[in-house]
Amino acid sequence: MSAATATAPVLEGQADARITLRGHLRHTGALIRRNLLWIRQDPESMFDALLMPIVFTLLFVYVFGGSIGQALGGGQERYVQYVIPGMLAMMSMTLSQGVGTGFSQDFNSGVMDRFRSLPIGRGSVLFAKVAVELARMLFSTVILMVVAVLVGFHITHWMGLLATVGLAALFASSIMWIFLTLGVVLKNAQSVQAMGFLVLFPLQFGSSIFAPPTSMPGWLQHFTDYNPLSTLADSARALMTGGPVGHSVWLTVGWSVAITVVMAPVAIHKFRTKS
Amino acid sequence: MTRIDDNPTGGRAAVTVRGLVKHYGETKALDGVDLDVREGTVMGVLGPNGAGKTTLVRILSTLITPDSGRATVAGYDVVRQPRQLRRVIGLTGQYASVDEKLPGWENLYMIGRLLDLPRKEARARADELLERFSLTEAARRPASTYSGGMRRRLDLAASMIGRPAVLYLDEPTTGLDPRTRNEVWDEVRTMVGEGVTVLLTTQYMEEAEQLASELTVVDRGKVIANGGIEELKAKVGGRTLRVRPADPLELRPLAAMLDELGITGLATTTVDAERGSLLVPILNDEQLTAVVGAVTARGITIASITTELPSLDEVFLSLTGHRASAPQDARSAAPEEVAV
Repeated sequence: MSAATATAPVLEGQADARITLRGHLRHTGALIRRNLLWIRQDPESMFDALLMPIVFTLLFVYVFGGSIGQALGGGQERYVQYVIPGMLAMMSMTLSQGVGTGFSQDFNSGVMDRFRSLPIGRGSVLFAKVAVELARMLFSTVILMVVAVLVGFHITHWMGLLATVGLAALFASSIMWIFLTLGVVLKNAQSVQAMGFLVLFPLQFGSSIFAPPTSMPGWLQHFTDYNPLSTLADSARALMTGGPVGHSVWLTVGWSVAITVVMAPVAIHKFRTKS
Repeated sequence: MTRIDDNPTGGRAAVTVRGLVKHYGETKALDGVDLDVREGTVMGVLGPNGAGKTTLVRILSTLITPDSGRATVAGYDVVRQPRQLRRVIGLTGQYASVDEKLPGWENLYMIGRLLDLPRKEARARADELLERFSLTEAARRPASTYSGGMRRRLDLAASMIGRPAVLYLDEPTTGLDPRTRNEVWDEVRTMVGEGVTVLLTTQYMEEAEQLASELTVVDRGKVIANGGIEELKAKVGGRTLRVRPADPLELRPLAAMLDELGITGLATTTVDAERGSLLVPILNDEQLTAVVGAVTARGITIASITTELPSLDEVFLSLTGHRASAPQDARSAAPEEVAV
């Protein structure tokens, strides 16, 4: 057996301290594979990604669609055009939560100790999580678009759909760094979820996702104007169904970059120093 | 400055620890620990719960940093050269640190890739180690379906993927039944035979005696004794031979005979009247042979002869004069520390 000969300890080996870019990609790839195998082992974990676009689209279109559509100067069909891009924005945030919950479960098992005693960049574990959550989101988006077309949504700009998906993914990945930080700092999955709910609910409803903010009180309008979920929903509307694409896209990109620049180092630092 | 080749015990040092201190709030988990592990040997770190054993292993595997003191592994400093250090160590924790949702093979393949083995080699290494740890049949099943012993073996296999120069075994058999424990011991012996240096923490004197060549006894974050196993056994009395004659009246004559026999270095025997047996402290195999020979030569009927190892408690009693103290578990006293 080769182990017997090759195990000769290399006590004075010149182990290289640096990890190359290829090394980082290799490590992240191995960890992505691990997270994908989890999904295969436990397909139920995809239920939220599968059902959320279906349930929420049907609820909003058929419960609020008529009355909000009227206020928009049309009917339910008018509301479908309004709310589907909003749904995309909503999902990009709600599904991002999963990254934090799965992560804290990871930490409670000894396997994190093993990862942290291996010569890998400590960010790899986090990047892999982000990549797999983005894949889940992409799956959800496909479902959403199928349901959307079934309830009568017209995509007028197909390139705009691609741009929207890219923008939503960019924004979602920035939000994931927040939930990764929570996942490292908070003790268990439940508290991550509870915290997530408290933050998500006001952000989602205090936005232009479900209804135009024009009838909201002034102070709330100021909030919704700069709420990244509004800017993402507005960008999605403009990109997919036509309309002035402009500062909402740049605001969304700005938010995403700003959140990532602040939160990614925080998440990696918290992960690195957690004892 | 302590350089690793200044090691006074001879032989190159694989692990050198000087004055290591680590606090968790008010609790001093490590209070100035010194330790030398020579290359190719097994160092046993013996101590009760909360003595600081796990904290020591966590520092030596770069999971936490010490408050003060220095430690090097294979010449790499735990604080300044963590990346190089991680390349030469293997870690098996108290709880099997494998991904339970993943099949055994996937666990090993993943670690192979994380250790930068090319795909083909990572696959081959996973197959090879599963074979060697008798897990081939369970290779495709999730580790959550494994028995305790299988999980521990998978954990050992995972630690061996990178062909580490230094292997930490943190209480490798805690919670295992005796048969499984023996399996793990056999695996450890095989690895040592291949030249791996092992740092083993344990709560059991028996485990230390089975595997370690040298022993460091720790209590409340301090080293209270260290040296060769034989040396320490001499200090704490080593094994005890319990002889029970069929006729209890034979006890005292038998004791008198052994004391008068003059077997080299043999300590005084004691009579355990309650259990109708004679206790003879044994330091080495020669003494054991001589005593058993003398007893049988006497031609009386013997109901049983057994050897007993001192318990951790007895070791502590003879080393420190107090019982093994576990005032609080280091982990429960340090809520910020996650379960290993």
